[in-house]
Amino acid sequence: MISCLPLDLATGALLLWLGLGLSGLLLGGWPTLACRLVFPLSSMVALLLTTAGFTALTATPDHLQLRGPLPALPWSFQIDPLSGFFLILLGLLACAVALFATGYFRSLPGPALRRLMLQYHVFLLGMGLVLLAANAFTFLVAWESMALASYFLVVTEHEKADSQRAGFLYLLIAHLGALAILLGFVILAGATISQGGPFSAMLHAPLNAFWAATAFLLTFFGFSAKAGLLPLHIWLPDAHPAAPAPVSALMSGAMLQIAFYGMLRVDFLFLGKLAMWWGPFVLMVGLATALFGVLFAAVQTDMKRLLAYSSIENMGLIMVAFGLALIFRAHGLNALAALALAAALYHALNHAFFKGLLFLGSGSVLHGAGSVAMDRLGGMIRQMPQTAFFMLLGTLAIAGLPPLNGFASEWLLLQAFLLSPALPQSTLSAVLPLAASGVVLAVALAAYAMVKFYGIAFLGQARGTRHAHEAGRWERSAMALLSVACIFLGLFPGVLLNLLHPVLQEMLGQGFAIQQGLWLTPVSAQRASYSPVIFFLGMATALGLSFLLIWSFFGRPLRRVPAWACGFPIRTPAMQDSPMGFAQPLLRIFAPLYQAERQANDAGRWRVRIGEPVYRGIYQPLNRIVFWLSAQVLRLQQGRITLYLLYSFLTLLILLALWR
Amino acid sequence: MTITAQGLTWGIPLLRLLAALLLLLTFAMLAQRRLLTLIHLLAWQGMVLAAGTALVALLTGQSELWFSAALTLTLKAILIPTVLHRLLRRLQVRGDVEAVLNIPLTLLAGIALVIFAFFLAAPITALTGTVTRGMVGIALAAVLLAFLMMITRRKAISQVVGFLAIDNGLFFAATSATLGMPMVVELGVALDALIGFVILGIFFFQMRETFDSMDLQHLEQIREE
Amino acid sequence: MTAILLEGMQILLVAFLAPLFAGLLRALRAILQNRRPAGCWQNYRDLYRLFHKESLQAEGTSWLFRFAPYGIFGAFCLAAGIIPILATGLPLAPAADVIALVGLFALARVFQVLAAMDTGTPFATLGAHREMLIAGLAEPALLAALFTASLLSRSTSLSVIVAHLEQLRFALHPSMVFAAAAFFMVLLAENARIPVDNPATHLELTMIHEAMLLEYSGRHLALMEWGAQIKLVLYVAIGIALFLPWGIVPAAEIAALPLTLLALPLKFAAAALILALVETLLAKLRLFRAPEFMATAFLLGVIGLLSFFMLGA
Repeated sequence: MISCLPLDLATGALLLWLGLGLSGLLLGGWPTLACRLVFPLSSMVALLLTTAGFTALTATPDHLQLRGPLPALPWSFQIDPLSGFFLILLGLLACAVALFATGYFRSLPGPALRRLMLQYHVFLLGMGLVLLAANAFTFLVAWESMALASYFLVVTEHEKADSQRAGFLYLLIAHLGALAILLGFVILAGATISQGGPFSAMLHAPLNAFWAATAFLLTFFGFSAKAGLLPLHIWLPDAHPAAPAPVSALMSGAMLQIAFYGMLRVDFLFLGKLAMWWGPFVLMVGLATALFGVLFAAVQTDMKRLLAYSSIENMGLIMVAFGLALIFRAHGLNALAALALAAALYHALNHAFFKGLLFLGSGSVLHGAGSVAMDRLGGMIRQMPQTAFFMLLGTLAIAGLPPLNGFASEWLLLQAFLLSPALPQSTLSAVLPLAASGVVLAVALAAYAMVKFYGIAFLGQARGTRHAHEAGRWERSAMALLSVACIFLGLFPGVLLNLLHPVLQEMLGQGFAIQQGLWLTPVSAQRASYSPVIFFLGMATALGLSFLLIWSFFGRPLRRVPAWACGFPIRTPAMQDSPMGFAQPLLRIFAPLYQAERQANDAGRWRVRIGEPVYRGIYQPLNRIVFWLSAQVLRLQQGRITLYLLYSFLTLLILLALWR
Repeated sequence: MTITAQGLTWGIPLLRLLAALLLLLTFAMLAQRRLLTLIHLLAWQGMVLAAGTALVALLTGQSELWFSAALTLTLKAILIPTVLHRLLRRLQVRGDVEAVLNIPLTLLAGIALVIFAFFLAAPITALTGTVTRGMVGIALAAVLLAFLMMITRRKAISQVVGFLAIDNGLFFAATSATLGMPMVVELGVALDALIGFVILGIFFFQMRETFDSMDLQHLEQIREE
Repeated sequence: MTAILLEGMQILLVAFLAPLFAGLLRALRAILQNRRPAGCWQNYRDLYRLFHKESLQAEGTSWLFRFAPYGIFGAFCLAAGIIPILATGLPLAPAADVIALVGLFALARVFQVLAAMDTGTPFATLGAHREMLIAGLAEPALLAALFTASLLSRSTSLSVIVAHLEQLRFALHPSMVFAAAAFFMVLLAENARIPVDNPATHLELTMIHEAMLLEYSGRHLALMEWGAQIKLVLYVAIGIALFLPWGIVPAAEIAALPLTLLALPLKFAAAALILALVETLLAKLRLFRAPEFMATAFLLGVIGLLSFFMLGA
C-alpha cells in the first residue's frame, strides 16, 4: 500500500483545504481568531501537499476512481512525477502565501473575510484538483472551479468599477479558453469522452496530421488564455492588481504555471508525435509575449500592474523554453529537449517564488504606505527596512542576476539555445541563436523594469506617503521564507535538476545528466559550467576583503550631509524621476508600440497614458465585427409569429433533406 | 579550375572573409545617413570585389581573371565613385539621405532578408562543393539588401548607388561561387553597368533642371492626372 | 598550487595595473588631441588623494549607498579571477562562463544604478535610467558576439574558448571579425567611452556614468572610479581572450609565462592606442542616437552569427 501514499496524501490535503474553507465560513464571526487559526493551518496543509508532490516524484504513478454525478462520468484522479512537480510548486507557494494571509487579512471585516476564506481555499482546491485530474470531466470541472473561485477573488473589492471590469474580462477570456480546451479534449479522446474516458485513453492518441494540429492549436489557445500569452494576455494586467496581494501571488505564481502544466501534459503525453512547426510556433509566441510583457512592464506606474506585465514576460520566457523543447523533441533530440524542458520547469518554479515574493511585498507596501501607485511612493527602504530587503532579493532574482535563481534558469535556457547546431535543419539552427538574442533583450529590459520597480518605490525621497509602517511578523516571515527559497534555488540548482529527473524521464524518456554537488554542468564541464556557490563565495570574499582593507587603511567615520545634487539649492521629491520619467527613453524608442498620449490633468501636471496596442488592434475590431454580426442577425427577428414558424419549418425541411 | 592544397588552407578562408566584408559593407550602406559616406562605401565594395576576383585568379590560375580584377578595380572602385563624387558636388545635393523607414527598423528588415537569402540559398549550398559554401547565400543577401536600400531612400543618387551595389553582389556571386566566369559575360556585365550608370547620370541632370532637387518625391508630380 | 598563485597574481595585477591602463589611455588621448598629458600615473595620484579624503554620505540615503562601492569592486575582482588573462584553466574559471560573466557585470551595474537612485537627486536618477537603457540594448549585442565565439568552439567557458581559438592559429573566421566589431562597440558603450558617453564630461545633462557618482566622495568615490578602471581592463581582456588569444597558455605550462607577460603589455598598449584613436576621431552621439549605435552593434553580432552558419566558420 506504500505506492498508494502520494495520491492519498494529496487528496487528503485537498479535502483538508476544503474543510478549512468551510470552517472559515463558520468562524467568520470572530475575524482575529479565524485568521490566526485557518491560515496557519492552511499553510501546514500546503506542506502536506508538498510532501505528497515529493513522494510522487519517485513513486510509481497511481490512480483513484470515485463515483461521479452520472454513472458514466466518474471522478478520476492520478498522480505522476509531472503532477508531483507542480504540486510541489503549488504547495510551497501556498504555504508562504497562507502565512502572509494570516497577517494581511486580519483587519478584514467578518462577512468579507468569511467569503474570502471560502473562495481562497476553493481556489487552492481547484488548482490542486487540476493537477490530480485523470479524465477530461474531472479536469474541466476542476479547471472551471479554479477559474470561478479566482474570479470571485478578483472582484473582492466589487464595489469598484475597475474590479468589475477586470473580473468580467477575466471571466470572458477564461471561458473562451475553457471552451477551446474542451473541444481539444473532444478531438483527443474521440468517443471515449462521453464515458468519462480517462486520460490514459488519450495517451498518444492516433490522430492524423490535421486533427493533431487542430487539437494542438485548440488546447494551446485554451491554455494560453490562462497563461496570459499574447494576444490573450489582455485580462491579466487588470485582474492581478485588482485581487488582494496574496491572491495575486497565487494567481501569478501558481495559476499561470498550471496552464503550463496543461500544455505539457497535452503536448508531450497525449499528442506524442509532434509536428515540426509546433515548436517554432510556440517559441515565436513566447518570444513576442516576453518582449511585449517586458516593454509594457517598464512603463507601468502601479507596482502590482508592473508585476502583472512582468508575469506576462516570464510566461513568455517559459514558453520560449517550452517551444525549444518541442523543436528538439520533434527532431528526436531528446537529451537536448530535456535540457530545454528543465529550463522551462526550473523557471516556472523560480517565477512562482520571486513573483510570489514581490506580490506579497507590494501587499505589505499597500498596507504600510496606503498605496501601490509608484508616483506616491519612494524611500520605503527607510520606513520598511525588512520588507525592502526581501524585495531587493526578489528584484535581483527576477532581474536575472547571479547568483540568484532567475539567472540560473535563464542560463540553462541560453545553454539549450547554443546547442541548436545539432539540429539537422540548417535554417532553423541559424535562426535559433537570434531568438536567444531576443531572450537576452527581454531579460536585460526586465532588469530595467525591475530596477525601476525597486528604485522608484523603495529608494530616493518619499513622493507622497511620508508615514509608513513595517509589515507585521506573519507577513515578514512569509517573505523571508520565499527569499530563502529564491536564494536556495539560486545557489543549488543541481539539487533541483536532480529532482526533475523523473519528470523529464516520464515526458521524454530521457532525463537530465545528474548534477554533481555544487556544479551546474548541463552537457559537460568542457562545454559549460557554472557554480553559483563558488561564485557567491568568491564575490563575498572579494567584497569582505576590500572592505576590511580599505577600512583599516583609510577608515574614517562617515559624515552625513545634505545631498549635493550639483549645488542646486532646491531639492524636492518631484525633481526625481517619476515612474513614467524613468521609462521615458523606452517611450521614445518604442513610441509606435506604446501609442502614448500626454495629457495635462487638473493640477497642471502632465500625465502619460499608454495605449494597449493589442486591445486596439485586435479586440476592438473584433468587438465591432461581433456587433455588426448581431445586428445582421437582428434582421431575422421581425416579431411576427408566422415568420418564426417559417424559420422552424425551413430548418425542419433542410434537416429532413440532409437526413435523407 | 583546381585549387592547390595550400590555397585551400588560407585562400578559401580569405575569400570567405571578403564575402563577409561585402555583406558588412552592404549593411553599412543600409545604415548610412550621409550621401558622401554612401559613395565611399560603394568604393570600398568595389575594392573588396576586385580583391575577391584577384584572389580567385591567384587560386585557380586563370589569367583572364587578373584582367577582370583590374577592370573591376578601375571601374568600380575608382572611376564610378569618383564620377559620383563629382556629380554630387556639381549638383550640390544636400548631405543627408532621407530614409523612408527609420534606420533600426530598416536594419531589422535587413536581418530578416539575410535569413531569407540564407533560406533560399540552402539547397544551392548543399549542391555546391564545400569550397565555396555559402558564397551564393551571401551574394544573394547583398543583392536583396541593396534592393532594400533602393526602396527605403528618397534621393535619386542613393538609387544609383543601390543599383551599382546590386551589380556588385551579382558579380561577386559569379566570380566567387563559380570560381570565375567567361570573359564575354564579364565584359557584357561591366558594359551594362556602365551604360546604366551613364543613363542615370543624364537623368540626374534632367531631374535637376526640372525640379531643382534630387528628391524622388517630385517624380510623383509628373504622372498623368 | 601554481594555478592558485597565478590566479592571485592575475587578480592583483588587474586591480593594481588598471589605473595605469586608464592613465595610459588618457595620456594617449591627450597627445592625439594636441594637449599636454598629465602622465600615465595621474590616476594613481587621483586615487591616493580620494582615499585620503573624508567620505560623505548624503542625507536620506540607505545602506545600499554605502554597500554599492564595495559590491561593485568585489564583483569586478571576482571577474578578474574568471577571465583568462595570464593563463587558461585557472581555479576560478569554471565557476562562471561567459554568460555568467555578463550576469556578473549586470549585477555590478544594478548595484550602481540602485545606489544612484538611493540618493534621490535628479541627475543621479537621470543617469540611472540612461545607464539601464544603454546596458539593456548593449547586452543582446554583447551576447550575440559571445555566442559566435562559443558556437565556434562549442563551449561557453572562456578558458575553453581561448584554448580552442589558439589551436586554430591564424585561421581567418569572418564570423569572428564581425563579433570583434560588435564587441568593440559594446565595449565603448559599456565603459562610458566616447560615442555613447564622455568619461571626461562635466556637463550634467549629458552624463550617464558620471551622473550616478555625483553624491560619492572620498574612499567610496575612489572605489567607484577604480572599479570603472578595472571594468575597462576586464572588457579589454575579454576582447583579447576572444580575438587575440595567442600567448595565453594553460596554467600548468608555467614555462611559457614569461612570453605571456611580454605579449600582454603589448596587446594592452595596442588596445589603448586604438581606443584613444577612436575617441579622438568620433564625436559623442546624441542620447537618442545611442540606440542606433547599439542596434548597429547588435546587427554586427547577428551578421557574425549568420555568417557562422552560412559560411561554416
